[in-house]
Amino acid sequence: MNHLRSIALVLSLGFLASCGGKKDAQPTSDVLKGEVRIDGSSTVYPITEAIAEEFRAVQPEVKVTVGLSGTGGGFKKFTRGEIDINDASRTIKQEEIDAATASKIGYLELKVAYDGLTVVVNPENTFVNDMTVEELKTMWSPEAQGKITKWSQVRAGWPNEEFRLYGAGTESGTYDYFTEAVVGKSHSSRGDYTASEDDNVLVKGISSDKNGLAFFGYAYFEENATKLKAIGIDDGKAENGAGPIKPSVETVKNKTYAPLSRPLYIYVNSTAVMRPEVTEFVRFYLKNAAKLSAEVGFIPMTDAEYQVELDKFEKFIVEHTPSK
Amino acid sequence: MSDRFTKISRFKDKSFKIFGLFCTFFGLAMLAIFISGILSDGLGRIDWDFITSYPSRIASRAGILSALAGTLWIIVITAMAAIPIGIGAAIYLEEFSRKSKISRIIELNITNLAGVPSVIYGLLGLEIFGRVFGMGGSILAGSLTLALLILPIIIVATREAIKAVPKSLREASFALGASQWQTVKKTVLPAAGSGIITGIIIALSRAIGEAAPLIVVGALAYVPFIPDSPTSEFTVLPIQIFNWVSRPQEAFLVNASAGIIILLGITFLLNSIAVWLRIKRAVRY
Repeated sequence: MNHLRSIALVLSLGFLASCGGKKDAQPTSDVLKGEVRIDGSSTVYPITEAIAEEFRAVQPEVKVTVGLSGTGGGFKKFTRGEIDINDASRTIKQEEIDAATASKIGYLELKVAYDGLTVVVNPENTFVNDMTVEELKTMWSPEAQGKITKWSQVRAGWPNEEFRLYGAGTESGTYDYFTEAVVGKSHSSRGDYTASEDDNVLVKGISSDKNGLAFFGYAYFEENATKLKAIGIDDGKAENGAGPIKPSVETVKNKTYAPLSRPLYIYVNSTAVMRPEVTEFVRFYLKNAAKLSAEVGFIPMTDAEYQVELDKFEKFIVEHTPSK
Repeated sequence: MSDRFTKISRFKDKSFKIFGLFCTFFGLAMLAIFISGILSDGLGRIDWDFITSYPSRIASRAGILSALAGTLWIIVITAMAAIPIGIGAAIYLEEFSRKSKISRIIELNITNLAGVPSVIYGLLGLEIFGRVFGMGGSILAGSLTLALLILPIIIVATREAIKAVPKSLREASFALGASQWQTVKKTVLPAAGSGIITGIIIALSRAIGEAAPLIVVGALAYVPFIPDSPTSEFTVLPIQIFNWVSRPQEAFLVNASAGIIILLGITFLLNSIAVWLRIKRAVRY
């Protein structure tokens, strides 16, 4: 089978190319080694990637790896103790808490940035400039399926034309958050809308559909601001800003863009904080998240808020480090 | 009367020819549109830095080094696992097994396996290789999962190739006093060689394009090092491309196109090797 051997030869050339050399650096007190294993939400991924990239410049010997299993997939691994940190675009669910307890895994939830879920329409749509949460609920609730199909059914005065809805797929944390905030029940909405896990597909949909309406992360609106029109959201509560409020870095930061501002989290495993490379990485994360999350399109928290998270983390380390 | 029938037949002949031509060009045109779009988007982005850089949040600094290395590792180990098992199973089914009810059920199931969605293989791989065998999200776990995924393709292709070997060759071998194994080794396999290779290459080309099962098994997206052993963690080109495609910044879409060109290049290279080997080894009866 000579020909098979020649294939093997060709393939092994590629093999050689992929074999990297190992460096034998002496560990000193400053230079940390080891691994930090991270997985979870694809929404939070760009922030964690940015932090990992910068952390590598400070601690080149620490191997930080980041996966893309999604918030739920990440929590499955996290609650089995397979990863040190989970990126999450929602808080941990009861069944995930139970799984963690069952495998005796402690954890700490840390907020790292905000995202403003933005409701957008086509720029040619002149009549929709703002909506109340109630109106969004009328549009998106499971009961609306097949019944609420025209703009005029949502608000009197809007044209008697059919609208088309676009949004995140039901597997994403974005979908869970939006339905919780708008419909009032997580993971519950009408099914007759165009769903995509790739927000760029939704952007394309709205920019070419005069009667479309969609929701997605603020970064996707910001990058495509000329092709889309963001609408103001009125939650009917005067204490966090009266009337409809449009999403922007300011309104998300000062929490007047409610209820569609959502916090993004990382969850840290309690046994992992016994390893200095993990604690250093998390400290680095909280100290640099403000700058780096803005760079990749999210809205940072205030310095005071980051300090609160840092204090929480330091306390957590002390609690979970066995006393010598 | 007969003249009219000839005319109708000729007309049918001609129209079918035109239809066939249209079908061929339709496929080619679609491919050309796709490839030219990708090339015009991504070709300008490919340079040495792109190939030798790790992932980055800044699109112009990001590269595919760890993904490319991961893909090469995956091809090699998947091939090492799937080829011997696949060919072995095909030889058994075609040359040694008796045509019983059970063997027919096995055959049917192998063909069915080729149609199972790849994510299902990912779940299987996660449970068996990742957890039961404790391989975690390593290259080995990923490769073995992909090997399972492409085994049916290799088995089916190899069987077809073996079936195409004329019976007279086997009979000649037996007449010379060769045993069954000697016949398979010296006569059947060499004659079926080019068909088997084609099957293997098609199967491997499928494996290098897979992202979903590998994500399930635990392949990563951000890997700032080159994997140095089969137990290392890894990422592959399709995952990197998938990740870039869904980013909000336009520049990452350009990176994705550039990544796709590299992936297409690898597939093209594999296929060229197959064609070359086939021409070189072609046996005529």
